[in-house]
Amino acid sequence: MNDAWFEQPLFGLTITVLFYMGAQLLNSRYRWINPLFITSGGIILFLLVCDIPYESYRAGGDIITFFLGPATVALAVPFYKNFQKLKDQLAPIVLGVSVGLVCGLLAVWGIISLLHGSKQIMLTMLPKSVTTPIAIEVADLLGGTPELAGVFAVLTGLLGSMIGPTLLKLFKFRSDLPIGAAMGTASHGIGTARIMRDSEIQGGISAFAMGLSSILTPLFCIPLIWWL
Amino acid sequence: MKGLAILLGYTLLGNVLHTLLSVPVSGNVIGMVLLVISLFAGWVKLSWVEETAQFFLKHMMIFFAPVIVGTMMFFGVIGEQWIVIAVALSVSTLVVLLVTAGVTAWQTGRAKEHTYE
Repeated sequence: MNDAWFEQPLFGLTITVLFYMGAQLLNSRYRWINPLFITSGGIILFLLVCDIPYESYRAGGDIITFFLGPATVALAVPFYKNFQKLKDQLAPIVLGVSVGLVCGLLAVWGIISLLHGSKQIMLTMLPKSVTTPIAIEVADLLGGTPELAGVFAVLTGLLGSMIGPTLLKLFKFRSDLPIGAAMGTASHGIGTARIMRDSEIQGGISAFAMGLSSILTPLFCIPLIWWL
Repeated sequence: MKGLAILLGYTLLGNVLHTLLSVPVSGNVIGMVLLVISLFAGWVKLSWVEETAQFFLKHMMIFFAPVIVGTMMFFGVIGEQWIVIAVALSVSTLVVLLVTAGVTAWQTGRAKEHTYE
């Protein structure tokens, strides 16, 4: 029987759900464990150990990724429910997101120049704080490498979702607005998904910051290119 | 089922608009904005979508898992500049987190002082 059991979409779908369930269990016992890291790391290990090609996993994985669409649309609900709070504090959030984004772009520019990285890498990395499809479009626009820009965006999201809440706690940020704004700006949907587990208000603010930064990033990147 | 139908409908609408208008915002984000507008306008009642939305949001992380698996599989494309990339990526993420939180906290603090004056 050579029709391997992993050759059907059901395989990718099932192991993703299984590993996610396991990660949930671990996370309920050890709060510091990031479920997304465990889920994706576990799947990668499983594929490597069982020598299953990525393409076979992808057939089922794509089905799960598809639901990212309605999940993003669902962010409208916490946004709507917490609108009053957002409206009262709109100026601080917009200012925080803008200054944060600009400092992030300058940090990328400064570090890559300092460490003598290539200009190609810099142009690819500038849009890394926004959702993957937008990062790819902006990098393309700037003359970076689109595929790599997607990788950077995903890694940034994962990193932000892993260290963000702890780092912000360490620096004594306790109220919803700064935490939500920082997570959404630094690590887009992945950070929003993470903070949504802690608080719906922070999640709603994070969703707003994410939307705002995906509009502002292309705008901020363009003058930076003229200047470079 | 009503909730799922609405969420899927807005996702589709957002993606169709994205293709038609070719704006630099993803179709899913357009769908989200349209749903926010519809909620405020009263075209969609919160109770219709709330339960389904809560389910999606609670488990939002799983929808990113296959994307991350795919990314890791193409780790090779990062190439020889990986140290520069790792440093720039982590430091700038820290900078964005702290600066955004700092400025927002500082500004909300000021806004509060104003209201209570």
